[in-house]
Amino acid sequence: MPDGLVLAAWLIAFAQALLYVALAPLLVGWVRKVKARLQNRRGASLFQPYADLRKLLIKETRVPHTASPLFRMAPYIVFVATWLAAATVPLVALDLPVARIADIIVLVGLLALARFFLALAGMDVGTAFGGMGASREMLISSLAEPAMLMAVFTLAMTAHSTSLESVMSHHLADGFVLRPSYLFALGALLLVALAECGRIPVDNPATHLELTMIHEAMLLEYSGRHLALMEWAAQVKLLLYGVLIANVFFPWGVGREFTPLALGLGLLAVLAKLALLGAALATAEHVMAKMRLFRAPAFLNLALLLALLGLLSHVILEIGA
Amino acid sequence: MTQSDGRSPLAGDSPPLDPAGSSANRPQAGSDEPSARIRRFDWLSEYLARLEDEHVIAHRGDARILAPAHRLVLDPEDWAVAAKLAAAMGMRHAGLWADPLDDGLKETDGAEVDGEPCIRVRACLEQTGDYLVIETDIPLNRPLLDSQAHIYPGLDRLERHAHDLTGVVFTNPFDSAQGKPNTRRWTRHQAWPAERFPLRHDFPLSGETARRTPADVDYPFVRVQGAGVYEIPVGPVHAGIIEPGHFRFHAMGEEVLRLEQRLGYVHKGIEKLAVGRDPAGLIRLAGRVSGDSTVAHAWAACQAIERASGCAVPPRALTLRAVMAERERIANHLGDIGAICNDVGFAFAHVQCARLREQWQRRSRELFGHRLMMDALVPGGVVHDLSADAFLALRQDHAALHRAVEPLFDVVDDHPSLDDRLISTGILSASDARALGCTGYVGKASGLRFDVRRDNPYPPYDGVRVEESVETEGDVAARVRVRMAEVRGSLWMLDRLLDALPEGEIVAPLPTPAPGAQGLGLIEGWRGEILCFVRFDAAGRIARYFPRDPSWFTWPALERLILGNIVPDFPVCNKSVNGSYAGQDL
Repeated sequence: MPDGLVLAAWLIAFAQALLYVALAPLLVGWVRKVKARLQNRRGASLFQPYADLRKLLIKETRVPHTASPLFRMAPYIVFVATWLAAATVPLVALDLPVARIADIIVLVGLLALARFFLALAGMDVGTAFGGMGASREMLISSLAEPAMLMAVFTLAMTAHSTSLESVMSHHLADGFVLRPSYLFALGALLLVALAECGRIPVDNPATHLELTMIHEAMLLEYSGRHLALMEWAAQVKLLLYGVLIANVFFPWGVGREFTPLALGLGLLAVLAKLALLGAALATAEHVMAKMRLFRAPAFLNLALLLALLGLLSHVILEIGA
Repeated sequence: MTQSDGRSPLAGDSPPLDPAGSSANRPQAGSDEPSARIRRFDWLSEYLARLEDEHVIAHRGDARILAPAHRLVLDPEDWAVAAKLAAAMGMRHAGLWADPLDDGLKETDGAEVDGEPCIRVRACLEQTGDYLVIETDIPLNRPLLDSQAHIYPGLDRLERHAHDLTGVVFTNPFDSAQGKPNTRRWTRHQAWPAERFPLRHDFPLSGETARRTPADVDYPFVRVQGAGVYEIPVGPVHAGIIEPGHFRFHAMGEEVLRLEQRLGYVHKGIEKLAVGRDPAGLIRLAGRVSGDSTVAHAWAACQAIERASGCAVPPRALTLRAVMAERERIANHLGDIGAICNDVGFAFAHVQCARLREQWQRRSRELFGHRLMMDALVPGGVVHDLSADAFLALRQDHAALHRAVEPLFDVVDDHPSLDDRLISTGILSASDARALGCTGYVGKASGLRFDVRRDNPYPPYDGVRVEESVETEGDVAARVRVRMAEVRGSLWMLDRLLDALPEGEIVAPLPTPAPGAQGLGLIEGWRGEILCFVRFDAAGRIARYFPRDPSWFTWPALERLILGNIVPDFPVCNKSVNGSYAGQDL
């Protein structure tokens, strides 16, 4: 690749990473808007999450007396790790240099790093809620992570690579082929995404009830810019999972050349896919109540089972076919 | 004659301590009631006989002073025995309150304790819809009395409340440490010195100090210890917009081993504020005991005042009060059903219920002057009359709400993911509900059918059928179903009440009450039975006001029904009980 192209690729990768941070609140606003419309409410503006973040960023930041330095560091670590993880997932273009540096396993690892610090920060202050939230988060994630790895391995086996980009290129090159393994992996990844992003039926992002919270319980002691970073990171994570599902399983439209037209089309395509996915999420949350906490393992076991079935069906039906 | 006119000369003629005679002397009261309930107090003679077997002397008794309740005066030393015998007969305890008679006015019925100032303690018992008030006098300078709380566990907080406000020390006669007093405070926190008692005459109405109340830090919570047991303190300030109250959980993993409540954070001194008010002022205060039950509490206080003063309330006013009370019931039940669904993350029902409730309350504001119908009742009647237009609007509202709730209730009743959360969550056994004296939807969901409107009907409920809505499961889902049934029942009843709306005045002048006159108000509020006691002083002003919200007994029920559930299920259990913080803190 010529040097000029490498520079352009890096610039695009950088712009794409910025786009993740910029778009994440919009997806949350969209999901909330659709939910409000489904409930016959008008709902807040699509851009309300931006206003909320701005409000939190300019507000005074208070730190509990009992907090250790870890409590102050955690928001930055969580945000950066989530952001880096997001940067490895192709949003509008393929063939970016980040994809060669980081594969799916790095993605999962970065998310685990963010979660690790989030849970530590939740426990750091020593309140009952933080500890409770951290323990529940770990319960959920210890089950969600294997399911997620299984699902991505299914994809990786098809493409013979753990790089997301290769998976997507392989998928695009094959054209539209209905693979049973992909369907199973999609189901597994959807369930994992719901659990990992703290959505109904696993967690309720809109709740004010401290005793039922998972993700929010760990953030209860945060305020000001710390809280803004934590919430922003959660929004980026939701977008990350949305893009992962949209672009890996339905990669059509993603820009394969570094021309403005291809990139613009890629952006439009991913926005359309995310809008659909967000609407589906809002609808699912609208018709379901939250599960009892101890039903969550069964839910995630289903995800693991689906992922395993995907793996098996790949081995049995697709190898050598 | 109606029951609100309990002080009629005829009823007054009934000889004391003669239950057979008194029920025979109330044929007119009986004629207003469903025929099945004519024989009232048929159990009282047995109770008196059992008291006699235990050598308990009931000094005086009558059916007049606190009509429709019977009244018995006992010696202090017989206090616990009387409760034990009552419990053996299956009576429900409906509340306990103390009344310091240190203001020189205790001539009400000639009861004096050797001319010394005394504290009169009253307790109300209920059996098959008949109420019995037992009372005893204890000297002010040595206010010791046996506790009844070991027999009726629901009384524990009422006794501690009575101690905090009047200084009665309740001791447990069956305790191994013979007569160990219960020294745990309940209502006081640190707001006034430990040895001062606000309801006594020497405590100024404005309070004694204007200092900032210190934090109540060393309340002796019962601890559960063991490997893996951890404590979760919740509140008194919560993340949501709810009233303050502290909950101390002991949990093992996510399972709740013990829950202890600490309430009293919204103590407003209602009972002291009532002292010296005129009747109209008391009703305004009563409407603020618990904002969501403003009609029920105001009605209970009106009923007590009107019974004490012998006021004949116009029938139209009574029917309008019932219309408001049923409107209040529907509004609150709708709000609760939605809130329960919201607590398990099912926002759809929450939003729909909130919308219906909002429309309903706007109509209340239009017709009764206030969204919650605050200050719509006055002694002797009501403030707002219904015009013919309003009548039609209400009928249309009822039909519209009925059309709207049916599909909604179908969803709530039969939604798999909702069922998964609500069914078998927070089970209150019938025996626990009975032991604690739960009424309203909490009692009805656990198989207790008691409803004041049906079991001791006050007008206009004596002329309209009250639907029975009883479930036996005792879980959150049952409490939701009882609420749904009550919404349907109240809607049906509202139409019947409006159709039978009598013509005439909406308010009658309140006669000057006799010095020391007393009255008991008994109303089925939306949370359950509200008991209200009022005593006048010599100048016709209020000397004692005690409203007993049903929450006094449903809060302890929450402590029991949560056991064995998981911590994240607490909010929905709590919401399904929905005790009033304000109504209990007073």
